Amino acid sequence: MNISELKERSKQYRIDTLKTIYEAKAGHTGGCLSIVDILNVLYNHVLRGTWEEVSRDRYIQSKGHAVEALYVVLADKGFIPKEELKTLGKYKSRLIGHPTKKVPGMEQNTGGLGHGLPICCGTALGAKKSRLDTKVYTVLGDGEMAEGSNWEAMMFASHHQLDNLCAVLDYNKLQITGLNEEVMNLEPLRQKIESFGWEVREVNGHDVGALVNAFDQLPFVEGKPSFIIAHTVKGKGVSFMEHNKKWHHGVPTEEELRIALKELEEDES
Amino acid sequence: MKANQVVFAETIEQIAAQDKDLYMVTSDSRGSGKLVNFGEIYPDQIVEIGIAEQNLVGVASGLASMNKKVFAVSPACFLTARSLEQVKNDVCYSNNKVVLVGISAGVSYGALGSTHHSLHDFAALRAINNISIVAPADAFETEHAVKAAIKSKQPVYLRFGKKNMPNLGQELSSDFKIGKARIIKKGSDVQIVATGETVWPSLEAANLLEQVGISAEVISMHTIKPLDTSVLNWEVPIITVEEHSVYGGLGEAVGSFLLQNNHCVPFKIMGIPDEETVSGSQNEIFEHYQLSPIGIANEVKKLLR
Repeated sequence: MNISELKERSKQYRIDTLKTIYEAKAGHTGGCLSIVDILNVLYNHVLRGTWEEVSRDRYIQSKGHAVEALYVVLADKGFIPKEELKTLGKYKSRLIGHPTKKVPGMEQNTGGLGHGLPICCGTALGAKKSRLDTKVYTVLGDGEMAEGSNWEAMMFASHHQLDNLCAVLDYNKLQITGLNEEVMNLEPLRQKIESFGWEVREVNGHDVGALVNAFDQLPFVEGKPSFIIAHTVKGKGVSFMEHNKKWHHGVPTEEELRIALKELEEDES
Repeated sequence: MKANQVVFAETIEQIAAQDKDLYMVTSDSRGSGKLVNFGEIYPDQIVEIGIAEQNLVGVASGLASMNKKVFAVSPACFLTARSLEQVKNDVCYSNNKVVLVGISAGVSYGALGSTHHSLHDFAALRAINNISIVAPADAFETEHAVKAAIKSKQPVYLRFGKKNMPNLGQELSSDFKIGKARIIKKGSDVQIVATGETVWPSLEAANLLEQVGISAEVISMHTIKPLDTSVLNWEVPIITVEEHSVYGGLGEAVGSFLLQNNHCVPFKIMGIPDEETVSGSQNEIFEHYQLSPIGIANEVKKLLR
């Protein structure tokens, strides 16, 4: 998929995500709009192999609460029918508010924060032990970087030289209570991650070209795990949702949805 | 006589000789897990995590998802508390077939104090869906439990102690299956249902009782979940014995079954009471809480009065 096709796909994912959340009357709107471009590039450019192949690349979403965007992508990739998106959060629906393996295409059940990276470490190590060319990817939320388990895993990944592992941080700088720097300051983040033995690149997490370019360079350094700090905007693409913690799990009204969809459809960037 | 965790390590070494997909994941715990030798013979099949139990269980889950047969080995006190959320989510809920091995369980680390005791693990894990909980009594049960855990279709928690144990009751029960209790000694006046390292003192108690004309049956309920209720005899008084809090473990599992099925028999749960545990060796702690042969025999006599 070329860059302009990827951009179109991002726009469609944003629209479908908002519609899905509106229908369910629940969801993590801001975080979904924040990770959509990363998911888009992962699923339409990066991840290799079919589901049946043991050697397929693995994507395990640690930022579980942004699952609505992932369901939209999985529907687009044919893992689930698009119609099923309307069942999100409904009684006995398999589309629940955090990733579940009941949904085809989902590698692990996640949702407890600080769990994805340790699992990815084991998966990446398992791939190496089996001499598979599998690469393992995760998307982390910035709020969950306060979880100690992430830093245990960071230490482990460099110690075991997991250069088939790539973590992407959705760094939108906002969490449910407010700014990261007010809740629990992460900075100087790049230096922290580098000091744990990872190779770091920083990109604009909404620039699909920049994301493609970064992923194409993996591993950044042989023998080291790779970390992409993706600078993002919570609520990206909808003016009144951007940079606003209200939209962490805010659900649009009918009128807000109408305005948001109009903005997205008219966006030519 | 050998400690169950020694038998565990020996069994694993034998299996690893034939199975290159077998992995031990340790949290700076290969010494207490008796896996130093394993690490020397199979350096590619041991994964060191360092002292980081949450990561231990997460990494083990990821490895298991890549079709490895994974044992996550760490002191029971940390494995089932510090990393309980990883056990719940990454192992059980995600159904990654990890075998969790809680070493030096119960009050094996007696004198080290409550930080190092695991008197909560049965209770914590019983409330989590999709895991078998197994506390072998002796070398025979340990060896078979390890082999059965590898073949299990769901995650398994194996609980081992440090004390040297004799083999018990093989003349009566020569087979082992997760979820199937073993009769260690037959009896008709009372049933002593024990698990793990309390089976031996329970058998000794039954031998003492025999001398005074009381016929006690001794059951090794090595699997706490799923509980084998078919072995229970509610025609006679029942006493349960465990190296665990009296809350939430074997006793309450048995009691719950009996009550909910209208089997109202004289019943007693023996274990560690809800208090700050007394300090001392495992033996001293057992004696303090009447988990010794004499202590158990005395409780049986009280129950029969």
